[in-house]
Amino acid sequence: MSEEVRAPLAGNIWEVTVAVGDKVEEDDELVIIEALKMENPVYAPCGGVVKEIKVKKGDQVQEDAILMILE
Amino acid sequence: MEFLHSMGILAITPSTIIMWSIGLVLIYLAINKQFEPLLLLPIGFGIVVANLPGANLMQEDTGLLWLFYHFGIEWEIIPPLIFLGLGAMTDFGPMLRQPRLIFLGAGAQLGVYVTFFIAHSFMGFSLAESATIGIIGGADGPTTIFLASKLAPQLLGLVAVAAYSYMALVPIIQPPIMRLLTTDRERRIRMHKGRTVTQREKIIFPVVTAITLILLVPAAAPLIAMFMLGNLFKESGVVNRLSETAQNELMNILTIFLGVSVGSTMNGDNFLRKEVIYIFILGLVAFMVSTAGGILLAKLMNLFTHDKINPLIGAAGVSAVPMSARVVQKEAARVDKKNYLLMFAMGPNIAGVIGTAIAAGIFLTLLQK
Repeated sequence: MSEEVRAPLAGNIWEVTVAVGDKVEEDDELVIIEALKMENPVYAPCGGVVKEIKVKKGDQVQEDAILMILE
Repeated sequence: MEFLHSMGILAITPSTIIMWSIGLVLIYLAINKQFEPLLLLPIGFGIVVANLPGANLMQEDTGLLWLFYHFGIEWEIIPPLIFLGLGAMTDFGPMLRQPRLIFLGAGAQLGVYVTFFIAHSFMGFSLAESATIGIIGGADGPTTIFLASKLAPQLLGLVAVAAYSYMALVPIIQPPIMRLLTTDRERRIRMHKGRTVTQREKIIFPVVTAITLILLVPAAAPLIAMFMLGNLFKESGVVNRLSETAQNELMNILTIFLGVSVGSTMNGDNFLRKEVIYIFILGLVAFMVSTAGGILLAKLMNLFTHDKINPLIGAAGVSAVPMSARVVQKEAARVDKKNYLLMFAMGPNIAGVIGTAIAAGIFLTLLQK
């Protein structure tokens, strides 16, 4: 079963802290979104393996954009 | 001998030296502590050079800094133009998504009015001075300067420094009040996104709001008109050049003139008075009461609604944009790291800017001679 990780708020991708194939636990930090000069970490909604990353550093994302897919 | 007399050195007094020290402390805070450096650095330097005897930089009609102050601030040019830039930087989206959050921006003006009342009734300040002191609680530099220049120019430098200092201290002043007034459960409230805002709404909003607010509070017109024009530049999407200039180059130029002019108004006569300490304390009270006002209003609104508001965002009703919204996010994340309140907090934050401008307009209407 795969799980989409979505952006909780609009902003710029400051950093992607995981790579495809990484195993993550629930609440691990996946991506940092910069908004209003503040770094907002996005955490894993569940444990799994990073299957696909849809964004890279510097990208602008809208709220609810899909950031990555966990499996 | 004549040359010796033309030198300022002979005219140095203890109060000159104290003023230099104050200027130097602000410069130090700006550089070493990054304490609102964009403003406190030029303000600090302005204080030092305006208090060099013999230089006459504040000489009426001829002094360079007097000219900056006179045409920039007394003529009401700089603060409204700064509002133009702020308008161009502002996204009303978070506020329009949940229009009820506007009330929190109004609730957080509580400190302005409470402090006005305290300063006048219990501390003997005149009505005009009390209003100027109270507006510090709105945490809005340009509005504070705008009001002071019209009601109590003798306090201008002082209230500006107080307002900018407290803004820099938002992350220290607000959290204890936020923790005191909310329960752990309230801090964990996750908010719903609200409705979607279309681009058309974002374009119509500044126009309609400018017309409505200015008709209601004409005295706030200079600030509101420029703010909404700047916002229309941004949202219209057809004048990006103007929008960019208002946000960046123009803003930077204005900041230079504003800082130096504000600093230049401060001298031994108006700064070294025993009231100064009271004004700083009252400013802090205003700020704290405003923070509390926003939070308590959010809690009150929660009594009547199913879709709960996280009361922390009420603290962002003070117009320190976006510092207080960031503080809200940090406080919420302390108890639930997956709670993203930042954008919600921007709603009251932006409403607070307008709320403070309106408060200033009301004071002007009632008190200006």
